[in-house]
Amino acid sequence: MTAADDTTARLIERFAGERPGDSVGWIAAARRTAAEQAAQAGLPTTRLEDWKYTSIKPIAKRDFARSDARQATAAADAIEALRIPGLDAHRLVFVNGHFAAALSDRTGAGDRVRVRNLAGVFAEDAAALRDRFTAIAPSDFSGFTALNTAFCDDGAFIELAAETRAERPIELLFVSTRQDEPVAAHPRVIVTAGHHAEATVIEHYVGLDDAQNLTNAVTEVSLDPGARMTHYRIQRESRKGFHVGSVHVRQADDSRYESHNVQIGGQLARTDINTGLDAEGAETLFNGLYLANGRQHVDTHTRINHNKPYTRSEEAYRGILDGHARGVFNGRVYVAPHAQKIEAYQSNDNLLLSGKAEIDTKPELEIYADDVVCSHGATVGQLDANALFYLRSRGVDPDTARGLLLYAFAEAAIDRMTLPALREWLQGFVIEELPHGERVREFV
Amino acid sequence: MSEAMLKIENLHARVEDAEILRGLDLEVNAGEVHAIMGPNGSGKSTLAHILAGRGEYEVTDGSVTYKGQDLLTLEPEERAHAGVFLAFQYPVEIPGVNNVYLLKAALNAKRKAQGLEEVDAVDFLSDVKQKMKLMGMDDSFLNRSVNQGFSGGEKKRNEVFQMMVLEPELCIMDETDSGLDIDALKVVARGVNEMRGPDRAIVLVTHYQRLLDHIQPDHVHVLAGGRVLKSGDKSLALELEEKGYDWVRQEEASTA
Repeated sequence: MTAADDTTARLIERFAGERPGDSVGWIAAARRTAAEQAAQAGLPTTRLEDWKYTSIKPIAKRDFARSDARQATAAADAIEALRIPGLDAHRLVFVNGHFAAALSDRTGAGDRVRVRNLAGVFAEDAAALRDRFTAIAPSDFSGFTALNTAFCDDGAFIELAAETRAERPIELLFVSTRQDEPVAAHPRVIVTAGHHAEATVIEHYVGLDDAQNLTNAVTEVSLDPGARMTHYRIQRESRKGFHVGSVHVRQADDSRYESHNVQIGGQLARTDINTGLDAEGAETLFNGLYLANGRQHVDTHTRINHNKPYTRSEEAYRGILDGHARGVFNGRVYVAPHAQKIEAYQSNDNLLLSGKAEIDTKPELEIYADDVVCSHGATVGQLDANALFYLRSRGVDPDTARGLLLYAFAEAAIDRMTLPALREWLQGFVIEELPHGERVREFV
Repeated sequence: MSEAMLKIENLHARVEDAEILRGLDLEVNAGEVHAIMGPNGSGKSTLAHILAGRGEYEVTDGSVTYKGQDLLTLEPEERAHAGVFLAFQYPVEIPGVNNVYLLKAALNAKRKAQGLEEVDAVDFLSDVKQKMKLMGMDDSFLNRSVNQGFSGGEKKRNEVFQMMVLEPELCIMDETDSGLDIDALKVVARGVNEMRGPDRAIVLVTHYQRLLDHIQPDHVHVLAGGRVLKSGDKSLALELEEKGYDWVRQEEASTA
């Protein structure tokens, strides 16, 4: 096959090799097709409207090896240190894209809440994936998505039986570790929630020791009628690492999908979150927070498709950019013809702390119905002088006052999250990331 | 009285190109309550903010002496440490920052500046609870973020509550009465009256006379065109209420 660009050709060559599921005809075929799609599409360029502000050249000019399962180990204490305090969760740990059974804890997950690693399912129970794998995430979504389908080694398969509530959250910890040469991991997460099923899933991406790897993740979620899923996606790749991730959701009637997307790490990070509100009563919340400094580049693209009447979406993204950091936010809301009586609210608020930081923010509303309520707004600004004066007039020094206001800005996003342990951990985490964070601590 | 707590002489100030204060004089002694009244745009809120150290205003002439020192050279937080407090007309919401922790940090910053040890946590909490009760705030306020989700009246009560906890020597209240119903106004007035004392001065900036039914001022000043046009006792406030601010403006015109 001939590839659209040399990089893609090289990556396809390097990632090739045996994988679980190869002996299953339809899986092998899906992978082959995806590899062809990847070759044809190539990696996205800034000539594509959706990638206009994000050049993936830093990824293209590096050579990533396939991550070796035998090297997919990490010290147990390093993994333990990544635990979210007070969070009692089923925990699956992946190192450079491979499941690390010894570091994981699936106790309590049973037949009603099945949590399995994908490689195991590929090898032993491929039939269970028949209408799941690639059902929701189109491999031609981008060259990256195609690469994931073609070369994913592992990931998670979460099945929630009808009328079942997963009592404990499910944490998927993806750790990127430093190797002799940078590696690429293509984790795949598939979640299916039956009628009125409920679960909280946390995808947690962490880079250790300045790993320079690429994480190329794809998540597919299908929600049956009345199902509810709260989905945290916490991206803390190393400052030298790369992260490309896309989430694809299909929602049946009266289902609710809540996305909390936090992006703190990576030198270049791109996240796409897409949901289809495919039946009446479906609703979604897209909540996001991104913090970037130095020369970080963080891009979020979201798409909410109101395909049917009486659907509802609420989207609020906030970002704090310092140094030479660059942020991109593109929020597309599509309202199909006849999708009357829908509600869609969107906001994107940004603080730029330095003259060199930059944000490109764009709401994109495409509305083909006439009886709808839609609103959107984007702000870009500095800290409110009046609020700063208020705190100083109470005796708070200026640096601490600034730190408090930054924290308060981020807190508005954290406040929408419902898991107390995670919220508290994130608050502490955000404080550490902020300038003068240590002084903020005594106020919260 | 040897020296006034606050002495303002010939104060001129501008914001951007607009001159707002044009030669304002005022003396406030410890133990006194002063009401500063005036029509919109007379400069009364500007005066309150300049005293607290707001940066957007440029003082072009004149002086402000507070307890013998040049107030205008101090940063806002230094003024707070020195005992100056401004109750805001529009208090700011700060999500995630605990109301009581802010007060504790503010109090400790002030104590540190005065060479005192940090406040004892137990003493602080019991003091806070007692003052909350006086201001009609229930215990849930202990866990709430600064002004977040507060109604207009709750915000104003919170300002007075903060003032009571921080125990400033010079309390400046910028239109604390605006937007309050009569019950809330009474609570606010109760708090302010509680604060009256021989070592403390209170400056009430207000547009309306009704606050002064509940807080009896020792002196009333009428501001217009950036200057004190008329000073008197509380009967001046009643006269103003009766005759309206046009009366002041006419007097101003005839003396100009």
